[in-house]
Amino acid sequence: MASASANQNLMGKALREGLFAGVIAFLMFLLFVGVETYQDINNALVWRTRWGLLAIFVVVAAVGRFVTVAFIKPHMDQRKLNKAKQGLLDVSDEKGFLRRHFLKFALVLLLVYPFLSLLIVGKQGSLKYVDNFGIQILIYVMLAWGLNIVVGLAGLLDLGYVAFYAVGAYSYALLSSHFGFSFWILLPLSGIFAALWGIMLGFPVLRLRGDYLAIVTLAFGEIIRLVLINWTDVTKGTFGIAGIPKATFFGIWSFDTGATNNFVKAWGLSASSIYYKIFLFYIILALCMLTAYVTIRLRRMPIGRAWEALREDEIACRSLGIDTVTTKLTAFATGAMFGGFAGAFFASRQGFVSPESFVFLESAVILAIVVLGGMGSLTGIAIAAAVMVGGTEILREMSFLKVVFGPDFTPELYRMLLFGLAMIIVMLFKPRGFVGSREPTAFLKERRAVSGSFTKEGHG
Amino acid sequence: MEYFIQQLINGLTLGSIYGLVAIGYTMVYGIIGMINFAHGDIFMLGGFAALIVFLIVTSFFAGIPIALLLLIMMVAGMLITGLWNWTIERIAYRPLRGSFRLAPLITAIGMSITLSNFIQVTQGPRNKPIPPLVTDVFHIGGLTISLKQVLIVVITAVLLFAFWYIVNKTPLGRAQRATEQDRKMAALLGVDVDKTISITFIMGAALAAVAGSMYLMYYGVASFNDGFIPGVKAFTAAVLGGIGSLPGAVLGGLLIGLIESLWSAYFSIAYKDVATFAILAFVLIFKPTGILGRPEVEKV
Amino acid sequence: MTKDTILKVEHLSMKFGGLMAINDFSFEARRGEITALIGPNGAGKTTVFNCITGFYKPTMGMITLARRNGKELLLERLRDFEINKVGGVARTFQNIRLFSGLTVLENLLVAQHNALMKASGYTILGLLGLPAYRKAVDLSIEKAKYWLDKADLTDRADDPAGDLPYGAQRRLEIARAMCTGPELLCLDEPAAGLNPRESAALNTLLHSIRDEGVSILLIEHDMSVVMEISDHVVVLEYGQKISDGTPDHVKNDPKVIAAYLGVEDDEVDEVIAEELEGGRH
Repeated sequence: MASASANQNLMGKALREGLFAGVIAFLMFLLFVGVETYQDINNALVWRTRWGLLAIFVVVAAVGRFVTVAFIKPHMDQRKLNKAKQGLLDVSDEKGFLRRHFLKFALVLLLVYPFLSLLIVGKQGSLKYVDNFGIQILIYVMLAWGLNIVVGLAGLLDLGYVAFYAVGAYSYALLSSHFGFSFWILLPLSGIFAALWGIMLGFPVLRLRGDYLAIVTLAFGEIIRLVLINWTDVTKGTFGIAGIPKATFFGIWSFDTGATNNFVKAWGLSASSIYYKIFLFYIILALCMLTAYVTIRLRRMPIGRAWEALREDEIACRSLGIDTVTTKLTAFATGAMFGGFAGAFFASRQGFVSPESFVFLESAVILAIVVLGGMGSLTGIAIAAAVMVGGTEILREMSFLKVVFGPDFTPELYRMLLFGLAMIIVMLFKPRGFVGSREPTAFLKERRAVSGSFTKEGHG
Repeated sequence: MEYFIQQLINGLTLGSIYGLVAIGYTMVYGIIGMINFAHGDIFMLGGFAALIVFLIVTSFFAGIPIALLLLIMMVAGMLITGLWNWTIERIAYRPLRGSFRLAPLITAIGMSITLSNFIQVTQGPRNKPIPPLVTDVFHIGGLTISLKQVLIVVITAVLLFAFWYIVNKTPLGRAQRATEQDRKMAALLGVDVDKTISITFIMGAALAAVAGSMYLMYYGVASFNDGFIPGVKAFTAAVLGGIGSLPGAVLGGLLIGLIESLWSAYFSIAYKDVATFAILAFVLIFKPTGILGRPEVEKV
Repeated sequence: MTKDTILKVEHLSMKFGGLMAINDFSFEARRGEITALIGPNGAGKTTVFNCITGFYKPTMGMITLARRNGKELLLERLRDFEINKVGGVARTFQNIRLFSGLTVLENLLVAQHNALMKASGYTILGLLGLPAYRKAVDLSIEKAKYWLDKADLTDRADDPAGDLPYGAQRRLEIARAMCTGPELLCLDEPAAGLNPRESAALNTLLHSIRDEGVSILLIEHDMSVVMEISDHVVVLEYGQKISDGTPDHVKNDPKVIAAYLGVEDDEVDEVIAEELEGGRH
């Protein structure tokens, strides 16, 4: 009896909340969804209604809320209760074979990925999988790993990371077009330039703490982009710099079709740009591995430990004789250097750079990947990059949606919308990211992961 | 001299708009210590609400008096944007309150991306022009002052006074200030913290909506990505004035507006945004608490 | 400065806005002794500490530190982190400041940052994994083990510091400070919030630290702790010194008794008048 009435209460509550959500959704979407504005033949702005679409929004909101309150929430509460009763912790120590060897599998998969794709979809089909998915995701993995040093390890919130990416890309573009230096000289040079910029920008701002630092870095990021737009004599402004030379196979073979030492000709292959893409794939993979290797090594060195200590408690660091300014600066410069490498790679891959590629949104996306992955965790970040970047790339491919939504439907339009929504949803369910725990850098008896509830996120 | 005063007036107008948006940043930062990155897009949403209301109303009542039309646009924008911000806070920020510090920042950035792309998807990516609403112009000596400039400054002043009154003289304002000082203690003393924070978000959004309507009236065009740059400038204004301080936000807004118009007039239009960001960086580096902010003592 | 003085504070004053938190305060701490700084709430003890350890810049006054090698340093001229690095002064905090997301062992390794940085050739040589660096790492782990043992934390070495019970966190903070190899250890209310058993363990730890030749300066509220472990007591009230001497001397000083037990109502005015008088001089 009692449970029946409780159930009725619950249903009544769910119904009320569902209705309420419907009303709210109706008011919220009435203007923006219910009304469409467009320009008529005379270029005057006019409007028409879209009641059907509005109805869908309202019904989805109402039903969604109803289902959440009536079924999902009680179910979740029940599960939590059961867990508490059994005394099980959220983190289980036992890992399956696959999870224990996850990293090895992932690395092997990455190494054979271009050939796998060649085998399955052929040369022409592979272009998409190697370039749009493989290289694109790996660029973000590298950027996010670089930013991870600053945000995840040292706890310094940097919202202008894309500036260093831009410095790397433009260093490469300008130096190669003016002086004709090759990729292999410019790659390290771009990293060094970015690191120098990191030190230059970092020096005045690293005294600041928390949100103030975030805003100043945002400001510097925007300043660099605006200078790139407006300093047209050097950067060609919004037109960007085109015709950036391709990377060469360590100077032995070229990927330019006209060159005498063309890779394709030298190996007697049929002409296709896929070979260059595969080559690029391995370069960025190697750069990613370098970033990971350096990060892992540095974490176990005094400087890396000092970064993490800084994230945990800056005042305690000072009391232990750690020069916090230098420590922050090294984190900033190291992160910037990897951003610079990624930028140089990006420039040679695109053959073209323009300020468009270095907007604030990019910084936000990279930061989001770091936080969504779980600050400090390389694996988590790589997964987040694959999911977020790969996910939005997949959307481009979903032409079958046109069948559902009609021929005018362009899935690309929804890319960033879904990206934004995904950021919100992941944060709501996993505020500490996919991998919340931290691997200790030294141990006496056994290495046990530190639960995310103990680690801090830094103040500056 | 006349040219200078002319630029001053232009800057004041622009600064009023920034100031209104800045109040939203400052109030939210003050009360929950969070940079509400989506606030610039709330401002954009307000502009779009006003635009759509304008289209609907003028298509039914072609001869409606401009003053009434403007009023309807603003009020409708305030209501709808307030509702949006209330819902956003409820769904995306409240569950993360008191959790990991970066989580709400990331959700706010995600919300900003979502909002601007939502409008891009539902209303299209192109700029939306409307015919000029207020065209009257006064000539005083060699100066040209348009009625819309006067309107913007006057409306800002009135709203400011109203908000100053609410925050300083009403029980609601007291609850806000108490929540700002110590959220736990305020809750223990019977302040409904959740409600207070919700109202703060609604108030901030309402001001942003007014600013959005005035921006639309001033420039006669709305676009889905109008949120970012004005948003960052308004945030700069809030920081410049001292984040957490209401008069500071307005003062900062006016300063940013003045700097922008004077810089464009005397140096180069191209670098006007660089000037804004450079000032932001300068202020933060040398006086992080802003002009009217309270100094922060490092506790050991 | 006499030969066995390690720290000499002269005419220290600290002003916050209009408030004179410390007013012309002077004292000396002797090498190899436990010096206690006591006083009622708000007397300015932590402010004195923060001046000595570089977190505040004093408005006026001189803080001289004599190192074992004969060098004398003016602490107020050093930058905050140099007080530890150059001066050999380590400290703990009233509200414990551990690196809670790092393990106990990592906390102790972070404390050896400067030594390890040097050994790693400022990271560059360390990246190459030279044997000299590896030896330094082994030594640092040995040192950490030594202090883990002293602080009775060996069993918890691989746990996150934030997971330790309160008393253990206090001991870890002291062990961490000791890992920097200080000559003077400053403890801000080390016994606060400890139960009697933990308190006893702390006393043992402090005595063993002193026996290694490290001088200790501590702030304490709990008189019984102070009387039991300290060799020399300085009493502070309203930012001024009211007594200085052995625990027995201080215990019987009427001024101290008045400050701690309070005085009759009618005497308060008198005391205040005296204070004002004192302030004017």
